[in-house]
Amino acid sequence: MLANLVSFGRLILGTLRDLAPIILVIAFFQIAVLQQPVPNLDRILGGLALVMVGLALFVQGLEMGLFPIGEAMAEAFARKGSLAWLLAFAFALGFGTTVAEPALIAVAGEAAEAAAEAGLVGTEEAAREAYATGLRLTVALSVGVALVIGVIRILKGWPIHYFIMGGYILVVAITPFAPAGIVGVAYDSGGVTTSTVTVPLVTALGVGLATVIRGRNPLVDGFGLIAFASLTPIIFVLVYGMVA
Amino acid sequence: MSWTATIAETLGATVFDVLPIVAILFGFQVLVLRRRLPNPRRILLGFVYAVLGLALFLVGLEEALFPLGRIMAEQLTAHAVEGLAAGAAAVDWRNYAWVYAFAAAVGFATTVAEPALIAVSLKASEVSGAALNPWGLRVAVALGVAFGVTLGVFRIVTGTPLSLYISAGYVFVVLQTFLAPRSIVPLAYDSGGVTTSTVTVPLVTALGLGLASTIPGRSPLIDGFGLIAFASLFPMITVMGYAQIGAWRARRLAGRAASKEE
Repeated sequence: MLANLVSFGRLILGTLRDLAPIILVIAFFQIAVLQQPVPNLDRILGGLALVMVGLALFVQGLEMGLFPIGEAMAEAFARKGSLAWLLAFAFALGFGTTVAEPALIAVAGEAAEAAAEAGLVGTEEAAREAYATGLRLTVALSVGVALVIGVIRILKGWPIHYFIMGGYILVVAITPFAPAGIVGVAYDSGGVTTSTVTVPLVTALGVGLATVIRGRNPLVDGFGLIAFASLTPIIFVLVYGMVA
Repeated sequence: MSWTATIAETLGATVFDVLPIVAILFGFQVLVLRRRLPNPRRILLGFVYAVLGLALFLVGLEEALFPLGRIMAEQLTAHAVEGLAAGAAAVDWRNYAWVYAFAAAVGFATTVAEPALIAVSLKASEVSGAALNPWGLRVAVALGVAFGVTLGVFRIVTGTPLSLYISAGYVFVVLQTFLAPRSIVPLAYDSGGVTTSTVTVPLVTALGLGLASTIPGRSPLIDGFGLIAFASLFPMITVMGYAQIGAWRARRLAGRAASKEE
């Protein structure tokens, strides 16, 4: 129990460190430049406290159960030798972690609101929620596919930059055909997907694989899965915009 | 709405957000690997914490980070418009100096303290055989994010198409990849994704949306998004660039030593 409290305290400090630079910059601009009162300051301070406690609690919960199991499983599947199961696991891991990613939930909600304001989707709550959910599932699907491709790449030892360059060229090529309203959201979704939940579990899978296979360097081969996971969402969301 | 009502409403939705990853991990563990769960009580408690934490975080986001980003965008643009002669139709990008300064400051400050980046820069220094200084790398990435967010804000102010900037950036990255030291490439690509944390993303998104809705003639949907894309593109360029400078200096030193021996 005490150990839990100590680790929770450390997590609170961690989120405080994430927030501190933002608060300092905003405080500096408010005091030195704008010199205007912030509306609803008490509500904002309360909200910041919730962000801190909530994020710490979320990560603490993941570290108690999901992270150890996920890391042990990533290693077990890397050793198991069954390619089909390994790929199925990689896909499911990418999909599941992305659906739980807090930043993506937030950005998808904002995107749905902006789309509703622009008249792309209905303004009623159900239509907005459907748009946001569709966006998140598209991104989750793309991260699953990214991990499958990334795992095959690590197994075969293909150099990463051909895939990444090919992917970027594809992004540049299909952008003119996508509706203008989706381009910004699509480009942003790449950076949004890879954070709190996805990065630890995906890195564990990559490093586990590169360690188990002979002749692979965990540094060069193990990382790079994240790069795949931030590229495919752009392509998938652009296509989602064309189809939907 | 009161805090408790908002939190209770969000709680229900977050169960469904965390459920897939829980089902996947348990399904594979029990059905495929056929192993029993170690410590099921602790895991269940962890699940409860995760759901509760996610709900609190999302409510806090809605109450604090989103409004903060919007307020900063509104007040900084009001500051810019004040100096404008009444009735001036065209938006002049030079009036938004404080907006750029704010964008650069937020980009730099949030990145330099980012734990994921600290880990990446230590690894990069390891891979390069200490040719790269981890601090120098962190500053390089933070400058990249600062420049990226500032350029992204400039794009929102001017309303120029996002795809133009990003396409040019990607072409640059592809060309630079051929010239950069090979071992830095995967790390450089990863550093693009890891620099934007769960706390930074909502604030920067809100800043972009706020700017797009206060600057006359901009649409939030078309112009408001894209700041995160800028923030993840430029670190790739700066990390490869930093490694290139390191390699170039090493070559020059080696050349100097060789000519001294002769």
